[in-house]
Parts: sequence; C-alpha cells; structure tokens
Amino acid sequence: MSVLYILVLASIAVAAFFLAAYVWSVRNDQFEDNKGAALRMLQDDEPTKQ
Amino acid sequence: MDNTLQTEKFYYDNKIVKWFAYATILWGLVGMLVGLLAALQLVFPVLNLNTAATSFGRVRPVHTNAVIFAFVGNGIFMGVYYSLQRLCKARMFSDALSKLHFWGWQLIIVCAAVSLLAGYTTGKEYAELEWPIDILITLVWVTFGINMFGTIIKRRERHLYVAIWFYIATFVTVAMLHIVNSWEIPFTWMKSYSWYAGVQDALVQWWYGHNAVAFFLTTPYLGVMYYFLPKIANRPVYSYRLSIIHFWALIFLYIWAGPHHLLYTALPDWAQSLGTVFSVMLIAPSWGGMLNGLLTLRGAWDKVREDPVLKFIVVAVTAYGMATFEGPMLSLKNVNAISHFTDWTIAHVHVGALGWNGFLTFGVLYWLIPRIFKTNLFSQKLANWHFWIGTLGIVFYAVPMYWAGFMQSLAWKEFTPEGQLKYQFLETVTQMRPFYMMRSIGGTLYLLGAIMMTYNLIKTIRAGKAVNDEAAEAAPLAKTYVEHSGSHWHRWIERRPMQMMVLSLIVVGIGGLIEIVPTFLVKSNIPTISSVKPYTPLELQGRDIYVREGCYTCHSQMVRPFRSEVARYGEYSKAGEFVYDHPFQWGSKRTGPDLARIGGKYPNSWHFNHMYEPSSMSPGSIMPSYPWLFENDIDTAVMGAKIRAMQTLGVPYPEGFDKVANVELMKQAESIKQNLAGDKIEIKSNREIIALIAYLQRMGTDIKLEQKATTASNN
Repeated sequence: MSVLYILVLASIAVAAFFLAAYVWSVRNDQFEDNKGAALRMLQDDEPTKQ
Repeated sequence: MDNTLQTEKFYYDNKIVKWFAYATILWGLVGMLVGLLAALQLVFPVLNLNTAATSFGRVRPVHTNAVIFAFVGNGIFMGVYYSLQRLCKARMFSDALSKLHFWGWQLIIVCAAVSLLAGYTTGKEYAELEWPIDILITLVWVTFGINMFGTIIKRRERHLYVAIWFYIATFVTVAMLHIVNSWEIPFTWMKSYSWYAGVQDALVQWWYGHNAVAFFLTTPYLGVMYYFLPKIANRPVYSYRLSIIHFWALIFLYIWAGPHHLLYTALPDWAQSLGTVFSVMLIAPSWGGMLNGLLTLRGAWDKVREDPVLKFIVVAVTAYGMATFEGPMLSLKNVNAISHFTDWTIAHVHVGALGWNGFLTFGVLYWLIPRIFKTNLFSQKLANWHFWIGTLGIVFYAVPMYWAGFMQSLAWKEFTPEGQLKYQFLETVTQMRPFYMMRSIGGTLYLLGAIMMTYNLIKTIRAGKAVNDEAAEAAPLAKTYVEHSGSHWHRWIERRPMQMMVLSLIVVGIGGLIEIVPTFLVKSNIPTISSVKPYTPLELQGRDIYVREGCYTCHSQMVRPFRSEVARYGEYSKAGEFVYDHPFQWGSKRTGPDLARIGGKYPNSWHFNHMYEPSSMSPGSIMPSYPWLFENDIDTAVMGAKIRAMQTLGVPYPEGFDKVANVELMKQAESIKQNLAGDKIEIKSNREIIALIAYLQRMGTDIKLEQKATTASNN
C-alpha cells in the first residue's frame, strides 16, 4: 500500500497547515469580538427622512 | 470608523430577486410534477407511454436536474441576491449582469429539459447535461461570480457576514467540481465521452455528485439560513464563533466524502475508507450548524407557534439535522452494505430535498414576497395548511421508502436453509409496488402544498405593489481602515473577499487532490486484466443507446463482493474490467437487477422480446417497453468519430480502425440477426435493438472467458 506514505505525509501537512492557521488567527486577534457582526446584520438601513 | 462621513442614498434591486422568486416557484412546480410522474411510472409502467421521451430513464434525470438546478438553483439566487445586497449595503454590481445571469440560467434549464428528453445525456448522475450546455453553465456561473464579487467589492459594510462566506465557497467549489467532472471529449455537436474511465470516472463523478449535494444543496442554503433565520426571528445568530467553525470545518470535510457512494465497489479500499472516515466526522460541523440555527430561536418559540414562516424554517433546519445524521450512518460500511442500491437512499435524499431545501425555500418565499410587495401575506391560514400538508407529505414519502429499502435489501440477501437465494429479483420488485404507491401519495400531498403556496403568493402579489428599487441609506466605506481594539475579530480574512475565495479553494481542494491524484497515478490501484478488450463497434453503439435511455437510473453494473450478490449475479466486479468504460455505468440504484454479468445469461431472443415488452419475459416487471429501438436505425454515420474519440482517450483500437469500424459493425449485426432468425424473429440488422443486444451480451464476459480458459487449461 504505497498510498499510505502519501496519505501519512498529506495528513501531517494538512494538520500543520490548520494548526498554523489557527495560531495565526488567535495571535492576530481574530477572535476578539464575536457579537458585533451578528447584531449589525439585524439593522435595516431605511432612509432616515422619507 | 469615521462617524462624520456623509451617508449615501442608494437602491436595492428587488426586481431581480422577484424574478428569481417567480422562477423558483415555477420550476419547483414543474420539477415536483415530473417527480410525481416518475414515481407513478414505477407503479403503473403504462405511464411510460411507450415513447422515448416519456420513459422513466429520461424522465428521472429531468426530475433530478429540475429540482436541484432549477428549483433550488433559482432559490439560491433569490436568497443570495436579496441578502447579499443588504449585507453589503450596496446594490448589485451590475443590473445587466443580473439580467444576463437570470435569463442565462433559465435558458440552461430549458435546454437541459429538452436535451434530456431527447436522449442527450452524459450518463453521469446530476451531471447529465451534454457539453454545449456544460459550457453555457460555466459562462453563466462566472457571470454570477463577477456580479457577486463586484457587489462585495463595492460594499459599504466592511465586515463580510458569515452568509457571504458560504456564498463565496459555493461559487468557487461548484465551479471547480463542474469543470473537472464535465471534462469530456465531444464527437458530435451534442454528444461526448467522459474524459475519465471506469474506477477513475466513478471517483471523479461521486466527488462531484456528493459535493453537488454539499455545495449546491447545502452551503448556499446554509448562507440563506444564516441570513434569513436571524432576520425573520429578529434576533442575532446563537453563536457567531460557532458559525466560523461550522464554515471552515464543513467545507474542508465535505469534499472528502464522495467515495461513500462507492463502498464495496471496485474503488481502491483506502479511498473508500477515507470517504467513510470523513463522512462520520461531518456530523460535527453539520450538527454545529443545525444547533446554531435552532438555538437562535431560543426564547422565541412562542413566535414559532404563531408564524408559519418560522414553522417552515424550523422543520427545514430539523430535516437538515436528520439528513446529516443519517448520511454519516449510511456511510458506515456495514450499514451501506444494506442500504446501498435500495430506496433507502431515495428516502434519505428526499428528507434533505423536501425538508431542508423545500421547506427553507417556502419559508423564505412566504417572508420575502410580502416584503417586496409591501403588503401582508394573503392568508396565514392557508400557509399553515401548506405547512401541515407539506410535513405530512414528507412523512408519507419517507416512511414507505425507508421500509421498502430495508425490506428489499433483506430479501436480496436471504438464503434458504439449503443455501439457495430465497427470492427471485422480480419478486422483490413486485413487493415494492404498494410502497411506491404510498410514496406517490406523499409526493402528491407535498405538491398540493406547493400549489396552495403558489395561489397564496399570487393573491399576495395582486394585493400589493412591487417596490422594484428599495431605497436605503448607509455611510460609504472609509478608504483607509483604522484598526482599533475590540472590533477586529476574524477581521483580516473577512475584509478580503478574494483571499477568502482563494483560501476556500485551497481548503476544498485538499480532499479532492488527495483522493483523486493517487487513484490516477498509482498503478496498483487499478490492476489491469489482460482479457479485458475494448468494445466492438456494434457494442459501443449499443452502450451509447444504454446511456441514452438512462438504463443506469434503474440498473447497476457493479457486483459487490457479498455471497448474496455473487450467488445472484456472478463473480464480483474488478477494477480492471472498466478501463474502457467512458463513462462508467455502475449506477446507484437497483430498481431492476444488476447487469454487470448479464452477458451470455439469456439468449438474444430473450433480450429481443424483453426489450419489446418486458412483462412478456418477466411477468409483473415494472420496466418500460422500448418499441422505438426496433424502428430506429443505428447511427453509423458517427461511428468513425466515436472510434477516433476513444482512441484519443487511450482506448487501443488499431490505427485506421475508424475507417473499417462500420464493416465490423455490420458483420456482427448480421450474425445477431441470423441468430435471432433461428428463433423465428425477423428484424433488420441495422436496428438499434441489435446493437443493444450486442452490448448486453458482452457485459461482464471478459472475465468469464478468462475463467473458462483457466479451467480448460487446468483440465
């Protein structure tokens, strides 16, 4: 099953990629505010004066 | 951001949303009606009307394509065009592109319906459309993409809300799947052969097929859910953080799951296992998303009691949860051994299609149409009736199909104490008819509900006046973004739509690459068999007729390595047997028996009579008659082009074979004609039925011959 070598290497590479992405996102304050976006989309933007 | 900026006045384009809504309703009714016809054909074969265009093998692809790409497709665009403008606080990028997108998509639908009924099909499920339509789809899809990204780029809200990520991933992944799976070599202006063969074609096809479910029926609708559910309930989504995990985990895991459609087939074991493992893991993001939707309604369940719109959406999200729990379970090899090829699969997809896609679409329509027309829904009561009739319809559809699937599979596997198969295949088919009838009743109820909705919405539209351009006001996006603490979570990627698309493509690309590339490159995956030879010209013509008539919609060509299947059909199928099959025809449903080893099982005259009137040979059969095969001539004019196309794909026909192929063809046809004459059957040798018989008699015999040869040499 030579495919196993490919799969093991690929698994490690993918895992490393995701770990790096996660570490980057935390360090980059990506998880700072997890309320604002969900609230803002509820507001309608009808003109203030008709 | 700078608060001193002047607000800008602009207008949302509601007209395009309205058009897509109308198209959704229209094609929904058409698609469901065709589905009902197909369902009834399985109970009353006379409804096949003995005509090519109305036979089940052509009607079924029209149904699946209509409900997926016409009904849900227009539903996606309706949801995207409405929500994207509001989330971006901007009108769509270009009205002209919107129109081009709308009419282009409707043109594709009409071309699809006409060409499928005329018998132009690639023979690959949910990718049946032939190459000119494939190109048209690509062009229109790109139009949609430009329009979407144009809107995102000129937006007035810096943050890209979670719904938009799902739209971006949908766009890029569907483009990738469609282009790779539709890679084919044309030999006439409406016909082509799949670039891939056999096992590889199967893998690419189900990588596509499963992710058509994932990225056409699921991710865009999740985006729609993430916009419309909070909006309708007027409360923020339960957890925005969960929605991020939901998004990335879902798109990464989904793409690997394709091989679970090919468990126990000739696909290499390691790829099957990957399919199973990733399918099981998919429960996590799927249920995370479902719970995120349902928990958004916490503290608002009193509204659900009152509001039919929320009722539809709650059942939709619940159906999503059920289907995404069942899917992983069906991907376990031991469960799949029972469920595969049966109506269980049909039940499973309809929980998703009728529950998740259908009900979410209905909910959005009931909410959206009154808003666009600045009026109230004509009748809440009628909408409530629709809800209950539709829900009952789903139950009446799904329960008999689960029952039927389980029962039929157990019957296929049952042996007598003497070790013989207990049931003839035909017995297990006739037992299905009451279930098929009940399913048709469920479908009728569901369609009835949709008709009630149509009436309700028409009344609503008549009572109101469309606001085609809805005024809105928002501050423009500041040119330079000043970062300040506390408001830049997940911000980098959310402000960069193009990078988002590239990253999504990478994430969805990984699974496909790791499964597909080794299957193509590692030779040991598909061991060649020396006795497997290319099809003769007549057999190739017969195979094309097999594809044209949609035989694969009811017959598999894949004997799985189980005692019950080997006893019923013969030696189990090997990867090396399919190397000249462009496209593969393994099928996904056994409404009729497997045909992988049909060759040599019956005399030519049996096939002749059976294709003319199936019940004459198999009393109680629900197969349609194919009288036109006895009148149509074999299309010998394209024989050379077919051979040349096959040579390009690497099929080892000798040099110059395209010139003499028709001579070979007539020789073989003549011998079949003589053989039939021996059974007192008169038919011209150039009729299509002769080619089909040649193909059927060839199927699976390459290995049989080899075994005979080895037994002979052993003696």
